[in-house]
Amino acid sequence: MGTDLPTYDVAVVGAGPAGLAAAVGAAEAGLDVVLIDAGRLPGGQYWRHDEHSRPPRHQHGRLFTRLRARLRHQRHLGRLHYLPGHQVWLIDRPRPDSGPFTLRLNGPYETAPVERDLVRAGALVLCCGAYDRQLPVPGWELPGVMAAGGVQALLKGHRAVAGRRAVVAGTGPFLLPVATGLAQAGVRVLAVCEANPAHGWLRHLDGAVRAPAKSAEAVRYAALLARHRIPYRTRTTVTEILGEDRVRAVRLDGGEVLEADLVALGWGFTPALELPLMVGAATRRDLDGSLVVAVDARQRTTVPDVLAAGETAGVGGAALAVAEGRLAALSLAAAHGLPVDPRAVRRLRTAIRHGRAFAAALHRTYPVPDGWTERLTERTVVCRCEEVTYGELCRARTELGAEDPRTMKLLARPGMGWCQGRICGFAVAAVTASLTGRPATAEDLRPLSARPFAAPVTLGELAELGDDADEES
Amino acid sequence: MSHAGSEERTGPSPYRLTFDGTTVTARPGQSVGAALVAAGIVAWRTTRRAGGPRGLFCGIGVCFDCLITVDGRPGQRACLVPARDGMRLSTEGDREGEGGDGD
Repeated sequence: MGTDLPTYDVAVVGAGPAGLAAAVGAAEAGLDVVLIDAGRLPGGQYWRHDEHSRPPRHQHGRLFTRLRARLRHQRHLGRLHYLPGHQVWLIDRPRPDSGPFTLRLNGPYETAPVERDLVRAGALVLCCGAYDRQLPVPGWELPGVMAAGGVQALLKGHRAVAGRRAVVAGTGPFLLPVATGLAQAGVRVLAVCEANPAHGWLRHLDGAVRAPAKSAEAVRYAALLARHRIPYRTRTTVTEILGEDRVRAVRLDGGEVLEADLVALGWGFTPALELPLMVGAATRRDLDGSLVVAVDARQRTTVPDVLAAGETAGVGGAALAVAEGRLAALSLAAAHGLPVDPRAVRRLRTAIRHGRAFAAALHRTYPVPDGWTERLTERTVVCRCEEVTYGELCRARTELGAEDPRTMKLLARPGMGWCQGRICGFAVAAVTASLTGRPATAEDLRPLSARPFAAPVTLGELAELGDDADEES
Repeated sequence: MSHAGSEERTGPSPYRLTFDGTTVTARPGQSVGAALVAAGIVAWRTTRRAGGPRGLFCGIGVCFDCLITVDGRPGQRACLVPARDGMRLSTEGDREGEGGDGD
């Protein structure tokens, strides 16, 4: 059945900043593009909005509206096939290192309408984005405790808030828009608890790099915090979340207790790596400690015809992601023998170098604090899905000799549940390394990042997969 | 106890859903998870081991904590399923959607 399917020059996965830029750029360069995105609307997590609201004009919003207009234009010209509401659950390449990739698609929920369940493409640009990195804390499994990005998604994508008195905690500049967004929606924000000293991040920038837009953003948030009377408390960590059936309060490291019914937690971001790992792309540990995909100066991964851009290749924000997406498009165009302006390539490389330097400064300013595992207790849940506690991980180490996350996973089952280690992977790697008395490495992170399927599939879809494979062989 | 954002917009009329028999309203475009938390309902699943309550956590389809039964289909991510008029939502049991525990 599948033989008459068109093969696109390139499939771009993800319609956030990087994916939009890559897809639009590739189509404009003359390639035949399919853009696959799980969201209903373009923009990804960064430019999340709904039909009734606009993405904010700051946060590089103009960049978004321009990309969206170009996306419309390319679709209109028939050069770009856009598949919103589609997630890729499996990628394979029947002939390794040559020939088209096969991408299996489904909807984000069972009754979602799906236009295509199979796509073929000669090359891939993986722009799968990132999600909040989490550090377990006693009580974080209580309802009312959410990832900071989830709180933001509720606000921007669904115009809903999950509480009335909020504490926003963790580290990084992203805590600020979450706190001010909540305040603007009428929530009383009791504190932004920033674990790091967080002052003077500009000093981490070397002289060659200037980021005036970011500085302006910082000033704007400072004004918003002041206007809403939100205390910004640096060197402050939530050490315990209190409540029975839901969150009632948080305890800070000074012992102070704040009564809250909503807690937003975020410790930076970690890229979604299931698709890059599925196709065999090499990974590395980035400055912020997260596992990311290794790319070269043309955004190529170690797998032929697979490129990566945006947070997938290292967390660095929207402007950097757009530059990487554009460069990926030009790389593909050049590989297809299409004319590419070398000045455009140079400009993008410069922008990427600056963007990476800026991201590095932020990573140094807002690190995951050393010794965070010390506040875990015997009963603290580390893996939320399988409800594996810190005590169980300790026993797997001391009584069963688990010294690496792979063994830990087999013996104590962290990362074996529904989310497949997406939420606890970073923490389990850190806990295992710390129990073994060494720093966490990329090798610690990899076993908790690979997944057999990138999205939930039904038995029916799996059965069909078997039929198709028979046909193709 | 609606506290879903400060700006009430005059958009299309809200959908009416039920959650374990109770009526919950949702605005078009909202996920069922958003509609539930806006109605003050923060948990709709019970964990297998500890029997603990769970609801939204990551909010973007990553963590699977918010699994819910929608119109008899178990194991759906409440943060991703758009609310529709007349939808029946029910608590997810301890089988975490792997069994057919819908009605």
